[in-house]
Amino acid sequence: MLIIKDLHASVEGKEILRGINLTINAGEVHAIMGPNGSGKSTLANVLAGNTNYEVTKGEVTFNGKDLLSLSADVRAKEGLFLSFQYPVEIPGVSMINFLKTAVNESRKYHQLKELSAGDFLKVMREKKEMVQIDSQLTNRSVNEGFSGGEKKKNEIFQMAMLEPKLAILDETDSGLDIDALRIVANGVNLLKKPDNATIVVTHYQRLLDYIVPDFVHVLFKGQIVKSAGKELVFELEEKGYDWIKKELGE
Amino acid sequence: MTEITTFESAEQRISQLYLEYFTRLNEEAPDFLRKDRDQAIKAFQRMGIPDRRNENYKYTDLTKLFAQENFHRAFTPTSFDFDMQEVFTCDVPEFDTHLLFHVNGWYFNQNQTDQFPKGTIIKSMKKALLEDAALVSQYYGKIADASGDSMVALNSAFAQDGIFIYIPDHVIIEKPIQIINLLRSEEDLYVTQRNLVLVGKNAQVKLMFCDHTLAVYSYIANYLTEVHMAEDAVVDIYGIQNQHNGTAYLNGLFVRQERNSQLITNTISLHGGITRNHLQVDLHGEHANAALYGLSLTDKDQHCDNFTSIVHAQPDCHSNQIFKNVLDDNSTGAFTGRIHVMPGAKKTEAYQRNNSVLLTKAAKMSTKPQLVIDNDDVKCSHGATVGQINEEALFYLQTRGINEKEARLMLMFAFAHEVLSNIRVEPLRQSIDRLVNKRLRGEISRCHDCKLECIR
Repeated sequence: MLIIKDLHASVEGKEILRGINLTINAGEVHAIMGPNGSGKSTLANVLAGNTNYEVTKGEVTFNGKDLLSLSADVRAKEGLFLSFQYPVEIPGVSMINFLKTAVNESRKYHQLKELSAGDFLKVMREKKEMVQIDSQLTNRSVNEGFSGGEKKKNEIFQMAMLEPKLAILDETDSGLDIDALRIVANGVNLLKKPDNATIVVTHYQRLLDYIVPDFVHVLFKGQIVKSAGKELVFELEEKGYDWIKKELGE
Repeated sequence: MTEITTFESAEQRISQLYLEYFTRLNEEAPDFLRKDRDQAIKAFQRMGIPDRRNENYKYTDLTKLFAQENFHRAFTPTSFDFDMQEVFTCDVPEFDTHLLFHVNGWYFNQNQTDQFPKGTIIKSMKKALLEDAALVSQYYGKIADASGDSMVALNSAFAQDGIFIYIPDHVIIEKPIQIINLLRSEEDLYVTQRNLVLVGKNAQVKLMFCDHTLAVYSYIANYLTEVHMAEDAVVDIYGIQNQHNGTAYLNGLFVRQERNSQLITNTISLHGGITRNHLQVDLHGEHANAALYGLSLTDKDQHCDNFTSIVHAQPDCHSNQIFKNVLDDNSTGAFTGRIHVMPGAKKTEAYQRNNSVLLTKAAKMSTKPQLVIDNDDVKCSHGATVGQINEEALFYLQTRGINEKEARLMLMFAFAHEVLSNIRVEPLRQSIDRLVNKRLRGEISRCHDCKLECIR
């Protein structure tokens, strides 16, 4: 589904990613862990098409297409989804208008008929129940005045509405209390299908107790320095990131 | 062939015009008006056409405009042989209003059969000056001070017609009164319009002014509306300007509010060449409340200046102002917000905010709050931001599959929405939402289904 080859990226002239190689297949859950500043969020943003980051080298193939040549909105329509670490508040843009536009833009792209207002509301009700988001939130402006937990739930709700092929969850656990974390993780698990994949970007192991990864990668100084199965999570939890640094002779 | 006289200045030319037309202007005019006109032209001669040295016109220099114009004056009503409804169909559809027209500043009453509650007067100002002189003279020119502002002076000197509205005490006019001001001619034209609105105790009215151009000629439109609100009166005033780029629109709205009265104004400048909205509100009785909102959308070389002045003369009054500007291309905008809290106006609350979005590097916005507070028992705030579209929000929308163009439009529309959400007439709000949306999409080539292609 996703093949990343020797990906280098920089922001404001500073190189953050220094040769990422990663392959993700349908049905898999990958965790990307690493200390602060290792490049986790940069990777998520580069894949989503944030133009603040400059790709200096490498290639990324997404379902056979050259991902890096596509604009952010086309990447989304092709089935890539980024759950933001810090979801943006957009006063004045109603949740309903926003989601309806997003869903229908994608349907148009795939040459499907746009959803009618009635059908859209029906789908929205179903997904709201699925991810247990407060019903009132969809009557407000996008993320405006939402609590930290509500914002993260809203990301998962949008994911449910858009049904991506590949979801990248960037630090979805940061700032979440344990109840909200369970709800968010539960939503992600319910959305898991054999034909989609998930990348969970996180600093801590806690989220991975709920969203169990098939593969775990440790990102350090812009490179994947270690890849293994879910047992790596426990090892990291036990020994901390210093253990990786030591292993690397830092 | 007209004889061409060269004048040294616009002031001289205009003074000469006044002398030439003095007799016609004052035909049938009541005594007070003749006196007012004379004082106004003298005030104009003293002040001249305002340039940048005039603090109130710092951002809209009118000297160039007046130096270049030698437009025909609409001293007589334009005659029409067409049905207004056929030529002009408002783009606010299925919206039930009392519909009234002005053409080139003259009240144009065609098949007006609407019934109003007993005692209500809605008629041509010219007619009211003759028939209701006693009532009109008590209020005419009492808020808009000709001695302090050249455009008020010019309006006062030359105004002949407009609309006079009188709502008696306790009367509620349910349907909005929609006043459509059209400019239509076979040559460049200078138009003066003068309106007076008297709203009685505990009375309520919603006014909607729609300003349009229906011909390709250049226009200067000097409009002035005075509104007197008695105790407990509730007034909504919505202004929607949609004129072509060859129009200079100098629009004054002057309101005096007595005790407990509630005012909302919403000034939507969709399209126009040079626009100056001059809004003045005198909070003249305790517990009066004024909310002023404004939205201007400019592109190409358009200019829009919102100049507000709120006077808190009495205790416990509340005022709030939110003005927003979206500026594209080389357009320029200005906001000057003056709040004056008088010594006796204890427990005043006065808030003001101006937010602008510049879509290009060439667009320019000037914003200036002016707070004069002669009292220490007040809550006042002012704020101004000038920025670009929020790039983070733009990216966020794009990651959900919304293309950049659409995402930008959503954000601009969201920005404008805060102003539009304060329109209290729901069908009107929806219609203006649609108009603003169309304007932001660049789809307004003609704002309405008129048969004339006049946008240039």
